[in-house]
This record gives sequence, C-alpha cells and structure tokens, in this order.
Amino acid sequence: MKIIVCVKQVPDTSGVVAVKADGTMDRAAMATISNPDDMNALEAALQIKETQENVKVCVVSMGPPPTESMLRECLAMGADEAYLVSAREFGGADTWATSNTLAAAIEKIGVEQGDIVMCGRQAIDGDTAQVGPQIAEKLNLPQVTYVTAIDFQDGVLTVRRELEDGYMTIKVQTPCVLTCIKELNTPRYMSVPGVMECYSKPYAVWDYEALKESKWVGPVENVGLKGSPTQVYKSFSPPVKGKGTMIEGADKAACEQLVSMLGDKHII
Amino acid sequence: MAYNSKDTAAFKGVWVFCEQRDGVILGTGYQLLSEGRKLADDLGVELCGVLLGSGVNEQYAKALGGYGADKVYICDHELLKDYTTDAYTKVLCDLVEDKKPEVFLIGATNIGRDLGPRVAARLHTGLTADCTHLDVDVEKYKAFLKTTSTIDVDNTPFEDTKNLKMTRPAFGGHLMATIVCPDYRPQMSTVRPGVMQTQAFDEAKSQQTVLEHIDVQLSRDDIHVDLIEIKKSAKKLVDLIGADVVVAVGRGISSNPTRGIEIAEELANVLGGVVGASRAVVDAGWIGVDHQVGQTGKTVHPKIYVALGISGAIQHLAGMQDSECIISVNKNGSAPIFDASTYGITGDLFKVGPMLAEAIKGFKAAKG
Repeated sequence: MKIIVCVKQVPDTSGVVAVKADGTMDRAAMATISNPDDMNALEAALQIKETQENVKVCVVSMGPPPTESMLRECLAMGADEAYLVSAREFGGADTWATSNTLAAAIEKIGVEQGDIVMCGRQAIDGDTAQVGPQIAEKLNLPQVTYVTAIDFQDGVLTVRRELEDGYMTIKVQTPCVLTCIKELNTPRYMSVPGVMECYSKPYAVWDYEALKESKWVGPVENVGLKGSPTQVYKSFSPPVKGKGTMIEGADKAACEQLVSMLGDKHII
Repeated sequence: MAYNSKDTAAFKGVWVFCEQRDGVILGTGYQLLSEGRKLADDLGVELCGVLLGSGVNEQYAKALGGYGADKVYICDHELLKDYTTDAYTKVLCDLVEDKKPEVFLIGATNIGRDLGPRVAARLHTGLTADCTHLDVDVEKYKAFLKTTSTIDVDNTPFEDTKNLKMTRPAFGGHLMATIVCPDYRPQMSTVRPGVMQTQAFDEAKSQQTVLEHIDVQLSRDDIHVDLIEIKKSAKKLVDLIGADVVVAVGRGISSNPTRGIEIAEELANVLGGVVGASRAVVDAGWIGVDHQVGQTGKTVHPKIYVALGISGAIQHLAGMQDSECIISVNKNGSAPIFDASTYGITGDLFKVGPMLAEAIKGFKAAKG
C-alpha cells in the first residue's frame, strides 16, 4: 500500500514576523520550518510503514523551489519518495486552487485501493484547515479530520477524531484522507543513515505542464491566483493601542493602589 | 437548469448552519444568527437557519427565530443524528443547490471546520476560515477599519459592492486580511465561536418563525464511515467564552507551572472568574487545551482579563484584546502585552499575583 503525505514549508510565525510596506508578509526575510501538523502526519505514516508489510510513503508539497530542503528532510526521516509541485502558474492560490493542484498531483502519484492520504490539520501561516478536506472532496474520498489516534490492522482503519468536548471513534473506508493534529504523536528526527540516503531516493519536480492534463488543473485560469474564488480585498495591521496606566512599583502598596483604581471605576 | 455557482444574481438570502450535538444547539449558532440578522437587514433579504438532526425538536427550531432567523430549514433524518462529513455535506449541498443562498455562515467548531471546506469544494465556491468580522455594507466596513486598522480610510478608494467582506487574522495573527468572493456564490465563511455577540432573545419573533421541513435524500450508502462511539470528556470543560473574568497565565510561569496556575486559580476565585492560558502554556502540557486563549484557542471578551506572565504575542492578543479591562503583570516592562493593557504592573507574577488577590479580598471585605 501507499501512504501519500501532504506537507508544506511555512514561515515560522512564532518567531519574528517581517511585514513589507504594502502590508504583506515578507516571506524571504523569515525563517522557514516544516509545518508542525504535517510532521505529525508524516510520523503517523512512518509508524504504519514500520508495522506493516510493503508500505511506501510518498511526500508531496506545493511551493517554491527551496521547498526541496523540507522534502529532503522528509526523506531523511524515512519517507520513500518525494514530489515537489512548483510553478509560477500555481502561485497565489487560495485553498480551492491549492486543493485542485494537490489533488492532480496525488492522482498522478496514484491512489489505489487501501491507500491513505494524510495531511496536517492546518498550516501555521494560513490556519485555515481547508486544504485537506478539499483534496478529499476532489478525489472523492472519505475524510476524517482532527485525528489524534490511528489503529490500522488487517486493512481496517479506525481513528479517533478530536472534538472540543471529547472525541469520536470512527471506522473509515480506504482509500481516504486523514488530517492529523499534534496530539497524535511526536515526530521523529532525521536519522544519520536517512540523511545519507535522502539524495538518492526518488525525487521529482512537477510543473504546470506536468499536471495540466488533470481535470483538476486544465487551463491556466483554473489554478493559482486566477483560479481562486476568494481574493484579498484589504490587508492591514492592527493599530498599536496606547499604553495603559502603569502602576509604580510591584509591592503590596502597588496592588492596593491598583485595586482602589479598579474600585473607583466600578470594575470590581 | 443546472446549478451554476458563477450565476451570482440567482442567489439570495443569508443562511446560518446551526450545529447541534445530542439534540442541543450550540451557542455558536445563536451568535451567527445574531450577526447574520444584521447582514440580512443590510442586504434586505431573509435570514434562514439550517438545522440538521434526527427527531429535531420544533421548539428548538422556533427558538432560532428568537435570535433573528425568519425561517428555519429542518433536515430531519435518522442518519443525521450524529455528524458525519458525508451525510451532512450531501444534505447541505442539495439544499444550497435548491434554494441558492448568497451568504452561508458556519461556526468554526471542530465540526464546522470539517464540514465547511467540503461543502465549499463541492459547490465550487470560496470559503474564508475563522472570520472575526463580517460586513456587506461598505460604509459599515469603513467605520470598522477606522477603529481597527492603520489604513487612512477617508483617502482610500473602496469598491462599493454588497459583497461579503470577511475579515480574519492572517499569518499567525500578525496581520488582518479582509477576503471577498466576488464571482461565486454562496459566499461562505466559518466564524470563530465567541467572536460574535448573541442578541437578546425575542419571544414574539420566535413565535413567528417559519419552519420548513426538507425532504432529505440520504441513504447508508452515501456514508463511508462507521461512527463507533462519541465519548464526552469526563472532565468538566472551562467556559472561557461565557466568563466575566479570565485570569490567564503565560510562559512566565515556567519556573514553577503548578504554583503559577494555583496563583491564577486563586485570583480567578476572588474575582469570580476562570483560568485561561497562552498557547505556550498549553503546548507545554501544563494545562488543558480548553483553557487556551488566542488565535488558535478561544476568543474572549470578558469584563476583566488578567494576564500573568504573558508577553502578548499577536497570536494571543487576537483572542483577548477586546476585553473591557486588561490588567497585566509581567517582569519585562517592555513586553507588548502592556501596549494592549488598561493597567500594568512590572513585576514577578509569583509575588504580585498573591498580593493582588489579597488586596482584592481586602477591598471586597471592606465593601461588605
């Protein structure tokens, strides 16, 4: 069987964020990381590979050429094959257009009986959680999102899906799409032999020409910015609020002063 | 005529998906109806609630009218009792294709965020995730920008359309983006729970709610999963969104997380509130995810928000900056949290926290 894992290289939004004068993010000026939830998806795939016979793990990403570094890391962690979907035509895509392109790539890798497609729940740059389900819809596969546990035995796939107030246990037919969250596992590090091998494993780059025959790609108007139903109308940064009242000191008197101010304003 | 999501003129009305679990409608549904009412009034169209379930209680459906719905579509089928992506997507898409709403709002719960993208993909339309503000009217949008952005609104051109303007935090909350979906319908949005305010319940309006039962076409073969069980978490979850007071802890408690949380609990007790936390504290496993405030956690606007040892990453500010009074304690006097605070004390939360609790107790005792 094959497990296809969708991964994304993202700017590290937990660190320093560089913003350009026009209000968009300066990606070139920021450090990039492998999207955290995607690494949980890859780890889950590698664990299945370790416990079952004949499992091939393929990673696929859409992004600019430097995304190769992340894909090589995935190979060094233990993935068998990597595919980079990269073309100017695919740029500026919203989730609809992104899922079209990734669905086309996944179809080209080939989804057969018993296979699983895995994604992270969401990427930390957009936080939408939409691409996984939209790939599932386009490939006409069942989906389970927010997966926190996977049980895969004798071809029967049972997963735990997180809710705000508990969880669901779901048996899902394969092939299917699962989106994973951090509670699922702890991603492994690259291994030394993995790093040695990662440049000799199969690695392919697919551009627009390579995918345009797919019904999900087709004319160039269907992909990237042009193929995106949603558009950015305005983007802006929140104004800096004026500093509030700073209380002098940090002792008992300061606390009492603060409480008395709160009392005067009927806040408490 | 075949359904065509690009035929924008054929779509009319504002819809809200009213999620139920165990037959009980989630608060997000009421929040979205209250917000949807304003949008429907600005557009001069009907507001409809959409309720899927099994053995749907008509009183609950009527109650949706009390929060603003003119009409409620009831999709009642035994296969809709509990959520499955396949069943809910099919029923909603069938209904949209038949009735053609121009705006469709879904709560960004774990279920809404599973359902929304699937529905939007099937209908070939756009979907904007986790919105925190919605407008159709350009003047209202401009007024919103005046208070929330650095844009020079009066000297900026705005295209005057009634397209839904969907605003959300982007890039981990470092930027805000307003998204439109001009050429496809319905304009779909998931909306963060707790962001929109529920309006007062209107009993008279509730009685006038039109209920329309939909003939649901659904069979077991449409569903490709078996739901084996739904387990509620045994622990009682904290109600951050409904709380009047939230005392939140951040990375500042790392030298002694247990004591830091104790201090927050003590303060929350004297103020009559609950304990919240930043993402760092939740990620470190010091407290449950139900306590998390911020862009990836919950959005709160309590009367009092106390931030203990929280630096104030935009990620966190996105979830609490609309609180009425923000009180911050942080060792670092230049922490960004102070820029969003009403009152600030530069100091160690382990010392200041307990003293503050004592001072509040003293104040309350003196007041009687």
